[in-house]
Amino acid sequence: MTALRITACHECDLLQRLPSLPPGGTARCPRCGALLHRRRVDSLQRALALTLAGMMLFLVANSFPFLGFRLQAQVQETILVTGIYKLYSQGLAGLATLVLLTTVLFPAAQLAGLLYILVPLKLHRSPPGMAGVYRVVRALQPWSMMEVFMLGILVALVKLAKMATILPGISLFAFMALIFALAGVSAVLDPEGVWERISPRP
Amino acid sequence: MKPGPPATALRARLLSCSVCHLLSRPPAGHATGGRPVCPRCGATLHWRKPNSLGRTWALVLAAVLLYLPANLLPVMHTTSWGRVQSDTIMSGVIYFAQTGSWPIALVIFVASIVVPLAKLLILSFLMLTVQRRSRWRPVDRTRLYRVTEVIGRWSMLDVYVVTILVALVNLGNLASIEAGPGAVFFAAVVVITMFAAAGFDPRLIWDVMEDSDGGRHA
Repeated sequence: MTALRITACHECDLLQRLPSLPPGGTARCPRCGALLHRRRVDSLQRALALTLAGMMLFLVANSFPFLGFRLQAQVQETILVTGIYKLYSQGLAGLATLVLLTTVLFPAAQLAGLLYILVPLKLHRSPPGMAGVYRVVRALQPWSMMEVFMLGILVALVKLAKMATILPGISLFAFMALIFALAGVSAVLDPEGVWERISPRP
Repeated sequence: MKPGPPATALRARLLSCSVCHLLSRPPAGHATGGRPVCPRCGATLHWRKPNSLGRTWALVLAAVLLYLPANLLPVMHTTSWGRVQSDTIMSGVIYFAQTGSWPIALVIFVASIVVPLAKLLILSFLMLTVQRRSRWRPVDRTRLYRVTEVIGRWSMLDVYVVTILVALVNLGNLASIEAGPGAVFFAAVVVITMFAAAGFDPRLIWDVMEDSDGGRHA
């Protein structure tokens, strides 16, 4: 099937031949304009490097002080998950779970899943369950919302700036770098290329 | 390969995988039941997303109902020097506008109020045009759908702002912030509209075009 290089547009179902793209080239559906394929230069290598960087930044972002808050002589130190714990202790367990999933667990699962796929692919091996793992990684994509959380930090800081002194921690900087690493992974990784390496089951 | 293949995967009786986009022939036993599965990635295959309109309408209506308490109930309670003040999303926007932080006021207004409303209106509009078998500007309607898919997640902004404020401002009567019930309804609206957008199948916009001019573009 893959050898035919015929595809159906996922947005309008038009059948078409997928052209052989030069590195960096993109293919769009001629009828509805949907992005069908974007071939990346050195996709696996770069994605793997950024995923490893992301993994380390994720660990730093979740272990060190995130933000501090100083009013008069009182200082309140927080880590990244403090807010989640506070929501939970205020009786909003569902909301706490949603924030935990979208800002901590889903990004972590995505990074771990990518590592599980990219390392063996780089070594020309195929680990068991590769297709299933990548399917989950793709499905988590819209639900991993660290960049929205980053914008939330900005809004919260503007709100508090007039009220107290804010003390940025190491974790905040790691978190900012992590957003760029994650954005980088999705910019360099070409899903069609990954699927093409996963051969059809007999 | 025969020349002049039919225009769409549906007409050619080929199943297109919604996850990895592989085309495959339905297995022989397909007509008698049993769910076909993508031979490459293992996802369940469908000709069109199952019960797309029914599911999306149900989620859109649920989101419309929840949109009211999400905007009317306070998203947080601020205690400052012993005084308690409750804020809804809109009063938060007004606070930023009045204190001169116009860009922030605009960002929250767009992410929290405009985006969810726009998503609900666009999805309703798309479903109505599909149900009326409209042939009006399918390219633009597909583009509208793409917009709803991308912008939805940004509405989580206010939920995250509350989470961060609750963590930071925790000095008892001197200054503390607690989350309000509005935040829960608001998060529900965001999640439900994201599922609603994912449930709609943009290929339904195009199916009606195939009925008369099928094959022309192949």
